[in-house]
Amino acid sequence: MTASGAKDRFLPAALGIGSLFVFVALLELLIRGGIINRFIVPMPSDIIAAFPRVVIEEHVLQRFLLTAGEAFSASILVAIVGVAGGVVLHRYHLLRLATETWVAAIAAAPLVLMYPLYLVIFGRSALTIVMMGFTAGLAPVILKTLEGLLATRRVLINVGKSFNLTRSQQFWKILFPAALPTIFVGLRLGLIFALINIVGVEFLINFGGLGQLINELAERYDLAGTYAAICFVILVSIGVFLFTERLERWLRPVG
Amino acid sequence: MVETRGLSLPAARSWALPLRPVTALRAAIILGLGVIWQAISASGWLYRDVVPSLLTIGSALYAILSDPTFYFHLGTTAYEIAIAMVIGGLSGLAVGLLLGGSRLLSRAYEAYLYYLGPCPKIIFFPIMIMWFGVGPGSKVAMGAISCFFPVALNIAGGMREIDKVLIRVGRSFRANTWQMVTKIYLPAMRHPVINGVRLGLGVALIGTLLAETKLSNRGIGFLVIQAYSIFNMPQMYALLIILFVIAIGANALIGQLGGLDDIKAS
Repeated sequence: MTASGAKDRFLPAALGIGSLFVFVALLELLIRGGIINRFIVPMPSDIIAAFPRVVIEEHVLQRFLLTAGEAFSASILVAIVGVAGGVVLHRYHLLRLATETWVAAIAAAPLVLMYPLYLVIFGRSALTIVMMGFTAGLAPVILKTLEGLLATRRVLINVGKSFNLTRSQQFWKILFPAALPTIFVGLRLGLIFALINIVGVEFLINFGGLGQLINELAERYDLAGTYAAICFVILVSIGVFLFTERLERWLRPVG
Repeated sequence: MVETRGLSLPAARSWALPLRPVTALRAAIILGLGVIWQAISASGWLYRDVVPSLLTIGSALYAILSDPTFYFHLGTTAYEIAIAMVIGGLSGLAVGLLLGGSRLLSRAYEAYLYYLGPCPKIIFFPIMIMWFGVGPGSKVAMGAISCFFPVALNIAGGMREIDKVLIRVGRSFRANTWQMVTKIYLPAMRHPVINGVRLGLGVALIGTLLAETKLSNRGIGFLVIQAYSIFNMPQMYALLIILFVIAIGANALIGQLGGLDDIKAS
């Protein structure tokens, strides 16, 4: 690697991380100097110090596993129902023409606002949270599955027909593998939507895992703990996002 | 030629389908869902009032729409969302222009926005309450935070897609920064801007309304959670219908404005 190449590669990253450190240091100084009220914004050093306390005393691992379990359940439901929905819309042309715009409209609707309704139907339980995640993640999976199946190259379908494949063989050997990368884009979107809504509803109804933790700490006015828990949720979100992004790249055909 | 015809056939066939079967199927689906709903409502399988009859929901809808206090709450939410859109949209625009205009800044900071974008924004609500109080300020802040990310990312991405020739033309005319932004950048990337505003409006609406359901004494979100707390299910359904119609309508309207722009340009 040449010197200019290394500089070109590491300078932006150094600038980004350096700016973050400068911002944190400045915040610490402003709070210590009394310019920013420490009862509104805790010192970054206090937030860092609160991390081990929050992790141990607030049982973050168990809460994380609970949220992950809810997200996993919602994702399984989203994957099964969403992919099946996309396949059905692809199979029945008239049904697609009649309902595709409805599914797109549902994808744009603020579905998370239905959480009080779900509270009434499913009670204040994990089922409400899972169903909310499922509802939020469903439409993108249906739309992306349909998009992937519709985008299958005509030549591949004709190859299948020339081999006299049955409808089922045509689907499993040609259509589904060809649509898989796009279906995975939908699944990734569905998972992210589900996770956002699950943590959000946990926070709103004060029940469950990581979302509830933030709410509880805020209600106790544990400022440093609240900020630390928020940082933890952000890190988890980023981790999930990075993981699904890598998985999607791995599934996507080269070139 | 035959190949081309063969390829275009499915699309041509889909457009050539008469409107009536599609409309008839839509009507049948709506009717079927209505019948199922009424049957569940009358069956008593679920707790009483969890699935009210369509007539009861219709009456609640009428009652809400003819109640002047509803418009006060609607106005409050609309005001909060509008302010949130202005703050979040303008800051997103400024950050997007900065990131899109500089490769160094983009590579240094855009990843942070990209990864923070999909985080559940409602978790920032306790912080917003501490910073801006329990009044409309914290709801506006929630909407602004939600709106900021899609606008900034769309504009940064859109700016990189601008035809370099247009930028060179602007520079050759010695346009200053303001002129470059208003005469070259923004007109050339109207699609990402419209798309960003569309996405931003959707998430600002969610952010503001969720904040209202959590802690507020006014706004549509407050009405929804109030209907839940007094178990007024017809009112809750009616409010959700109104909200969905407003959200989907606003989304479609902004999208259509973008489409109309296209038609005018061509």
